[in-house]
Amino acid sequence: MKFNMKIKNLLIILVSTLALSACAAGKKSVVGTSDVYTGTATVQYLASGVKDRVFFATNKSALTTASRDTLRKQASWMRKNKDLNVVLEGHGDERGTREYNLALAEKRANAARDYLLTYGISGKRISVISYGKEKPVNSASTPLAWSQNRRSVTVKTK
Amino acid sequence: MKKIFYIFILFLFKFNAAYSLIEVDITRGNLDPLPIAVSPLHVDPQSDNYQETKTKELGELISSVVEKNFRSTGLFNPLNKDAFVQKPDIAHLKPRFEDWRLITAQALVTGKLLIKDEKLKIEFRLWDIAANKEMIALAFTTTPSNWRRVAHIISDKIYERLTGETGYFDTRIIYVSETGLRTQRVKKLAIMDQDGENTKYLTLGNELVLTPRFNPTNQLVTYLSYFRNLPRVYLLDIETGIQEVVGNFPGMTFAPRFSPDGKKIIMSFAEDGNSDIYTMDLESRLVERITEDSSIDTSPSYSPDGKYITFNSDRSGLQQIYIMRSDGSGVKRISFGDGLYGTPVWSPRGDLIAFTKVRGGKFYIGVMRSDGSGERLLTENFYQEAPSWSPNGRLLVFYRETKSGKDGSGFTAKLWSIDITGYNERELKTETDASDPSWSSLLSK
Repeated sequence: MKFNMKIKNLLIILVSTLALSACAAGKKSVVGTSDVYTGTATVQYLASGVKDRVFFATNKSALTTASRDTLRKQASWMRKNKDLNVVLEGHGDERGTREYNLALAEKRANAARDYLLTYGISGKRISVISYGKEKPVNSASTPLAWSQNRRSVTVKTK
Repeated sequence: MKKIFYIFILFLFKFNAAYSLIEVDITRGNLDPLPIAVSPLHVDPQSDNYQETKTKELGELISSVVEKNFRSTGLFNPLNKDAFVQKPDIAHLKPRFEDWRLITAQALVTGKLLIKDEKLKIEFRLWDIAANKEMIALAFTTTPSNWRRVAHIISDKIYERLTGETGYFDTRIIYVSETGLRTQRVKKLAIMDQDGENTKYLTLGNELVLTPRFNPTNQLVTYLSYFRNLPRVYLLDIETGIQEVVGNFPGMTFAPRFSPDGKKIIMSFAEDGNSDIYTMDLESRLVERITEDSSIDTSPSYSPDGKYITFNSDRSGLQQIYIMRSDGSGVKRISFGDGLYGTPVWSPRGDLIAFTKVRGGKFYIGVMRSDGSGERLLTENFYQEAPSWSPNGRLLVFYRETKSGKDGSGFTAKLWSIDITGYNERELKTETDASDPSWSSLLSK
C-alpha cells in the first residue's frame, strides 16, 4: 500500500514535469513562428495569384515557408514582365522603439530582396525602403493588427 | 536670434553662508514643496505707453511665467496672490518679513520693470523669509519683446540659488508634431519654449520627418527626413532655415545625434539588411565607420566627455544596450534585466543612461548607471519611448501613445516629463499630438 502511494506520488511528479516541459515547448513555438500573419485580409495582388506582401514574426526578419512561396511567385511574375521594377517597403509593428523598427524593417525588406535575387531577378530592378512602424495598415492595438503590420510589401514602380 | 542681455549684478550671492538659508532638497522626490510667493513685478509709471494694458500687465505676465515654471518642477508651491499683503513696489524695497511668514511663504520673489526708448529694464530680488535676508538681486536690460526669455532667466537664477543645480527654464524643445489618421499620419518638425509657449513649425508636412535632435552647442538640429522618399539624416539651421543632407550614403541613414562638442553627427547607416554606426565630422565631412557587426546597431549616444558611445544592438539575439569607446573598441553589454532595452541616451552629467525598456507588453522609461548597475524604472505605460535629458540632467522628456479602444480609436501621442527620482510626472501641453522630443541646452550661458 505504502509502496503504491510512493509510486503514485512519483507518477504525479513525472506527469507534472512532462506537462511543464510541454508547456515550455508550446510557448517557444508561439515566439518562434506562430505570430506570423497567415491570413489574406490586408493582402493585395500584383497579378492573378501573386500576393504583394510577406509577413514576419515579432522582432524577426526570417522568411517563412509561405513567404518564400509568395516571393517565388513574385519572381516568376517579374521574369514575365521584364520592364517592371519594384520597390520593397519594409514595415514593423508599434510594439518596438522607432529607430530599432527602422533598422528591422530595412532588414525585412532586404530578406525579401535577397530571395528575389536568388530567383534570378536583377538587383537593378529592386529598390528597398524602410518605413519602420510609420505606416501601419491596421491601427488597432491587437496581436492580429501587429502581425498584419510586420510586413514587406512589393510595389510596382513606374 | 542671438540677442544680447546686459546683466548687471547688484549683489550676487551677497550671503555665501548656506547654513541659515533655505535650501531645496532635490535628491529625493519632493513631497513637501517649498512655499514661495512670486509678487507681480511693479511696472514703473514712468514707462513709455504706461496707459496701455499691455504695458501695465507686463509685471503680472512675467511673474506668472516664473510661477508656472516653479510649479512645473514639483519642488515649489507658488502661493495664491490673493493672500499677498504688500504692494509689489513696497515689497521690492524691503519686505515686511513677518507678514509674508503669516501666509507661510518661505521665499519671496519681488521685482520692478521700466520700459524706456524700446528698452525693457527688469530688476528682481529673491528673499529668504525665515532668515529676513535678501538672497539674490539681479537686473537685466533687453528689448520688450524678449520679456518671456527674461522671465525664464529669472526663473533659472532663482532655481539655481535655491537648489544648487543649473536651471533649465530658458530652453526649448524640438519635437515632431503629428496630425491625421494613424494610417496616414502627417508629421512636421515643431519647436516650442520649454513651457509650451511660442510653438513654431519648421517643416510643412509634405514628407515624413522623425527624431529631431539639438546640437548641444548651437541652434543646429539633426533629424531624419523622407524627402523624395529617400530616408536620410539632415542638418537644419533653425535660425536660417537652411538644411542639407548629411553625408553621401547609398542607403538609409537614421538615428542621428550630435557629439557633445557639436562637431560630429553619429548615426546609423543601413545597407543590405545590416545597420551599423557611423560618424561624420561636420567640418571635414569625413565619414568613419564605428561598428561592424551583422546585427542591428542603432540609437547611438555619446557620453558627455565624448570618450564613450552607448547604443542598442540585437547581437545577443534581442535588443540590448551596449557601451564602447568612441573609436568602436571595447564593446560591452550593460543591460541584463528581463526584457528588451532600447534608445539609450547618456545624461549630460555623465553618471546615468536613460533608456526605454519593453517587458511583458509594457513600455518603461528608466535609468541605469553607465556600467549597467542601479537600474531604476521611472514610469510604466502601454507605449512610451525616446527619453531626452533636460540640460541639467534632472528630468527626462519622452513621448507616450495612448488609445481608448483596442481597435485603435482615441489615439493620442503626447510629450511627458518626469524627474529622475520618479516623481513629478507631467504632460507638456502641445498644440497637436507630439512625439520624439529633444531638449535644447540653456540658450543663455
